[in-house]
Amino acid sequence: MNNVFRLLPEQASTLAPQVDAIYIFLVAISVFFTLLAAGLVLVFGVRFRRRAGGVTPERPHEDSRLELAAGGLLLVILLVLFGWGAKVYFAAARPPADAMEILVTGKQWMWKLQHPNGKREINTLHIPAGKPIQLTMTSEDVIHSFYIPAFRVKQDVLPGRYTRLWFQATKPGKYRLFCTEYCGTEHSMMGGWVYVLTPADYEKWLVGQTGVAMTETPVQAGERLFVQLGCQTCHNPNSGALGPNLVGVFGHTVRLADGTEVIADEDYLRESILNPQAKIVAGYAPVMPVFKGIVTEDQLMQLVAYIKSLAGASN
Amino acid sequence: MSHAALATADDTPKSYLSNRFSIQSWLFTVDHKRIAILYLISLTVFFLLGGAAAAIFRLDLMTPQADLLQSETYNKLFTMHGIVMIFFFLVPSIPAVLGNFLVPIMIGAKDVAFPKLNLLSWYVFMAGGLLALGAIVRGGVDTGWTFYTPYSSMYANSHVILAVAGAFIAGFSSIMTALNFIVTIHKMRAPGLTWFRLPLFIWAMYATSLVVILGTPVVAITLVMIFIERFFGFGLFDPALGGDPVLFQHLFWFYSHPAVYIMILPSMGVVSELVSCFSRRRLYGYTFVAFSSLAIAVIGFFVWGHHMFVSSQSVYAGLIFSFLTFFVAIPTAIKILNWIMTMYKGSVSFETPMLYAYGFLGLFTIGGLTGLFLSTLATDIHLHDTYFVVAHFHYVMVGGGVMGFLGGLHFWWPKITGRMYPEGWAKFAAIVIFVGFNLTFFPQFQLGYHGMPRRYHTYAEEFQILHVMSTAGASVLGAGYLIMAGYMIWSLFKGKRAPANPWDARGLEWETSSPPPTENFLTTPVVTQEAYAYDKPSVTWVPTAHPIPEGHRV
Repeated sequence: MNNVFRLLPEQASTLAPQVDAIYIFLVAISVFFTLLAAGLVLVFGVRFRRRAGGVTPERPHEDSRLELAAGGLLLVILLVLFGWGAKVYFAAARPPADAMEILVTGKQWMWKLQHPNGKREINTLHIPAGKPIQLTMTSEDVIHSFYIPAFRVKQDVLPGRYTRLWFQATKPGKYRLFCTEYCGTEHSMMGGWVYVLTPADYEKWLVGQTGVAMTETPVQAGERLFVQLGCQTCHNPNSGALGPNLVGVFGHTVRLADGTEVIADEDYLRESILNPQAKIVAGYAPVMPVFKGIVTEDQLMQLVAYIKSLAGASN
Repeated sequence: MSHAALATADDTPKSYLSNRFSIQSWLFTVDHKRIAILYLISLTVFFLLGGAAAAIFRLDLMTPQADLLQSETYNKLFTMHGIVMIFFFLVPSIPAVLGNFLVPIMIGAKDVAFPKLNLLSWYVFMAGGLLALGAIVRGGVDTGWTFYTPYSSMYANSHVILAVAGAFIAGFSSIMTALNFIVTIHKMRAPGLTWFRLPLFIWAMYATSLVVILGTPVVAITLVMIFIERFFGFGLFDPALGGDPVLFQHLFWFYSHPAVYIMILPSMGVVSELVSCFSRRRLYGYTFVAFSSLAIAVIGFFVWGHHMFVSSQSVYAGLIFSFLTFFVAIPTAIKILNWIMTMYKGSVSFETPMLYAYGFLGLFTIGGLTGLFLSTLATDIHLHDTYFVVAHFHYVMVGGGVMGFLGGLHFWWPKITGRMYPEGWAKFAAIVIFVGFNLTFFPQFQLGYHGMPRRYHTYAEEFQILHVMSTAGASVLGAGYLIMAGYMIWSLFKGKRAPANPWDARGLEWETSSPPPTENFLTTPVVTQEAYAYDKPSVTWVPTAHPIPEGHRV
């Protein structure tokens, strides 16, 4: 499947050919300069080897033209590499707006994943080919790193913070999934497979009888929690508005009581649930109870997913 | 040092090795040369321990399953390998052994500026080493040498505090040595030895010392933070208490990336000496090579973020760190050009030290070029924390650092011990080490691009063939080191007596006997030419004493 003696491993995402193109360019310049250096060393070593009765070599003249020329040429190559690398990196860092969101929680030593319809899996990820997928990831304990070599993507997964990763698989198949940030005893066991399916097969898989039974979607679960935890008593435009209205808040700028502004992204929402006093919205009293220790990472993700879904409702 | 005693004709100088023999005369010595030997012995022991750990887990990696070690043992072994090799071998290697021995001699001084501090630095180093070994004896550490939080601060169920304390204490030893070198180089140069007559090895040691003094306190503070977090649960790194798990990485790499230059700049200094001597020619672009060491030392402090492109750092931070990282490549690449151009129209010979310089050039070139793969943002996403990185830093730190150390050790071995090593065996070992090294680490570049993550105890079966090649190479490499250890020990007892200047080299260290007398020179040398005057005859000071010309007294 993955012949390690081929120059390139399997390419299975839209990003892979772009990364590989830079890689091939880098291999080419590396081979060129290595051979050049080795060639010069060997040629000079033989051509100028010490002979009996040889003349004393002259001192090299202090002249920086060669260094300047070499440095200039190198600078050009490096700037090309920098620009090219940055361009692909930026594309890889920005998920398209229509990406399908899958929630990922890392935990010593397994990956827990949840699909938009609520289907969960562990250490396997089923995705449709040809569709941009965005992973929203967090960790329950230490730092992990989500890595799919065939897609050329990797992103650290941190406790207390959400990180994102996106990719678009190009062809159905079975690809390795690894954790690449050392995370303790069974670090090397923390991985599995990514199954890229045709969109039709993916739909079939979503409702299929294998795996965990169908449950509510993350948004539905979040809504249920929102009610169970009593959030709607305050965060409701019709309730006297003890807390800010959450409809349409996601992704927008919020003015805080101390006069600063913050963008209401996943990290801000998460922080405001766990530790509401940290960043109080202007015009509201710091009265919200602390939910740290009450909600799990999975539930937090669901609550955030629900609040994000309210953003759509307002438009 | 102001009134150097003029030696009379009947004074047969005793060497630093032969003047006293008791254990106390070694353990309480303030002679920089004896302290260098103390370091050489302790570093050799650490190198053997670090190497043994590598040998065991390399054997385990022959197969994809865990059939030799348990996961926990494997993790502890690679951690031990990393901690011992970085903190207790590579960082101190050239400065503490060759630097301690040579810096005063090369500048015509009797000793370093603070001899007692120098001795203290060895004791502090040993204290750090013993604490770290204590952690291993008591059951080991499984964090990896990078001690990333929150794993190390909250989750690792092993002797993290002992190991961290060991690294912390060893850091003070580096600081003491660096401080000593800076003052010595500024204040104790022999009359006539201007900055631009200095050997490039001295420039390299100077630049290295600056990095050590500026960087080491930061890692020391960082390690203390782990201690505070583990002991008192302060919440520095624990997000549940408002800490930042990534903060540690910023602080850690602020030291540990420059630490790579602590390992490599001294090596570059050694290689400059070797290439110049065995080409019988002043180094091409002396001034550039001298200043580029300083440039690398300075730029090295601004690139730490390239270890963190996928750490959740912002894309703009990534952009800036990538940009700055590329700039380190320029002085480095031009240095390689300078070494090569020195051979052009030179008179090149191939004694063992020159073979190591050749080895350094080859391996360090590959190490440097593969660094570009990691500073380029898009390729780093894929390569980060894979075997590609493992291969890259071994090419730089072992291919560069160790080849430089071994080249220097062979070059100055006659000066240090007063004995010659067997040239044939030494050449053979140098070639075996070079071949073994490439067999071990070259396959790992391919492993990495194909997705093999680092620090994996078990792995996907398709990677096995490359792992088998790597393990086979490691046994060749290990055999090379053992051959070397064998003939070096043999030479101590049976080696031919070394003349003062076996390579017909220039530079003050060759102007005194081998091994040098306790006070290095019988009289204070007066320098009238630079360290690379290969177009002029050697100013032989040995063994007769020269009176100090009027007007040159210090």
